[in-house]
Amino acid sequence: MENIFILSIIVLIYLLLVGYVGYVAWKRTKSADDYMVAGRKTHPFIMALSYGATFISTSAIVGFGGTAGVYGMGLLWLTVLNIFVGIFIAFVLFGKRTRKIGHNLGALTFPEFLSRRFNSKFIQYFSGAVIFLGMPLYASVVLIGMARFVETTLQIDYTIALIAMAVIVAVYVIFGGIRGVMYTDALQGTIMFVGVVILLGSIYWILGGITEAHQALSNLINVVPAESTVKAAATGFTGWTSMPALGSPFWWTLVSTLILGVGIGVLSQPQLAVRFMTVKSNRELNRAVLIGGIFIFMMTGTAFVVGALSNVYFFDTVGKIAIQVAGGNADKIIPAFISAAMPLWFAYLFMITLLSAAMSTLSAQFHVQGTALGRDIYETVTGTKGKSSVMVARIGIVVAVLIAVILGLVLPANIIAVGTAIWFSITAAAFLSMYAFALFWKRSTKEGVISGLIIGTIISVFWLVFEYKKSATALGICKALTGADVLIASNPWPTVDSIVIALPIAFVITVIVSLLTKPPEKEHLDKIFKGV
Amino acid sequence: MVLGINDPWIWGAYVLCILSMLLCVVYGILNWNKGGEDEEEQIKEEMEWHKKEKEMEEKELGLWDEEG
Repeated sequence: MENIFILSIIVLIYLLLVGYVGYVAWKRTKSADDYMVAGRKTHPFIMALSYGATFISTSAIVGFGGTAGVYGMGLLWLTVLNIFVGIFIAFVLFGKRTRKIGHNLGALTFPEFLSRRFNSKFIQYFSGAVIFLGMPLYASVVLIGMARFVETTLQIDYTIALIAMAVIVAVYVIFGGIRGVMYTDALQGTIMFVGVVILLGSIYWILGGITEAHQALSNLINVVPAESTVKAAATGFTGWTSMPALGSPFWWTLVSTLILGVGIGVLSQPQLAVRFMTVKSNRELNRAVLIGGIFIFMMTGTAFVVGALSNVYFFDTVGKIAIQVAGGNADKIIPAFISAAMPLWFAYLFMITLLSAAMSTLSAQFHVQGTALGRDIYETVTGTKGKSSVMVARIGIVVAVLIAVILGLVLPANIIAVGTAIWFSITAAAFLSMYAFALFWKRSTKEGVISGLIIGTIISVFWLVFEYKKSATALGICKALTGADVLIASNPWPTVDSIVIALPIAFVITVIVSLLTKPPEKEHLDKIFKGV
Repeated sequence: MVLGINDPWIWGAYVLCILSMLLCVVYGILNWNKGGEDEEEQIKEEMEWHKKEKEMEEKELGLWDEEG
């Protein structure tokens, strides 16, 4: 009871802060355009922190941080990609063109951007449907990350924690639109930054310094009892400060799913791409690179380092490695570490950090799902515009929240990082080739990108249902139809991520079909690329 | 051994994280004031576009009765 009281106080303080910002934003949200992209005039600090806070969620901190507890510091390659691809390439190459072309097209959502670029309504509702159907998985793992932390820190029932979080976030997205989302995101980004700076400093301090901490982690593989790592070692694990055996299942999961899936997939995340359309000039994007680079570095770098080093802390204090302390569920490693190693006040502060991380990502996800249903599907199919589509968008948000909560209750343990990676893979397969060609290749045609979109989506989904072991066994469809867990059981295929297969195929198909079909009209292209 | 880590693939990643962060910082500083030249013009264009679409919707669909 006392713990529920503490949680209520924390949530209340947090909500007062965010609620105030959200309220101010809501008062300024007047028209449908306003609701969708905040009128395209946003300060770079707000833009960068909003992008960063949306990008980094409880999934990155709790899910991937915990995963680093299992996979070790090799996961830092994801941080490299997060900064270099997710910030530098995304802002400098993709962002600037997206902003300018988005402006020329008058696009408000990511599917709308693609649809107007290629003059095809089909693209808009198909993409809208992929987002609306696929994103609940991602939203639910973000919710799970938050709920697991509340569960561990305050010993509150997981189900109650999950539902409470969902209700809070739904209310403010519905009433704020993206302006609310952007401003509250920026506030949340600031809170997150403070939280992780303290955490990173603390872990190196607790373990006696940077080199000393790493040294202890390097030695750990030699001192832990063999049976605690025997299962991982059989699949290629070699220690927390060395890469897994090349080509082993452990290596494929680390490299193809966790590092490439998320590291590359970030480029075509609808909830992130839409943010480029909200800045007024390239100057804002240039400035945002600086802020975003530092932010992502601190967030993911800290999460992965702390996750990996928690093994040393737990072995020194209780004689077990992190995954054992967490009862076999990697999603609980970070919460368990913070509860055990950090003072109580920090656990509360960190809860606000995570609440911020979860809220900022969830709100953007629900917002994008809402507009996918309202603007991309409803408006496009029925041809109606304006108020009724805002209404449908709001209904879409409520439906999205409900699906996310249900998934949050039924999904298994160890799901956060993998669930996130699956969603990133699907979006990369479906959208990345089309999005990249939309920006950089004038010869790409409507028929070409539609072929890439459909084939990328189909292969990606097929792979997840029939070949990628983690998702195929969880879904059970392959088992029911063929009697086997996956179609090709021999290594490495069951651990090769769909992005490695579907993305290159979608890319090649788009190029071939584009070259075989009539080039787009020069007039249309001139309008689109005006000033690029 | 660098920073207490033997495997160059791991300390390499650690160092690259820092370098890519620095790349972003340097890029941001060097371009801090660049790219804002067409801002005024764009906002004007945007407002025109917004006005046009509103007019179009009013005519075709009879919407936007009271919204700004």
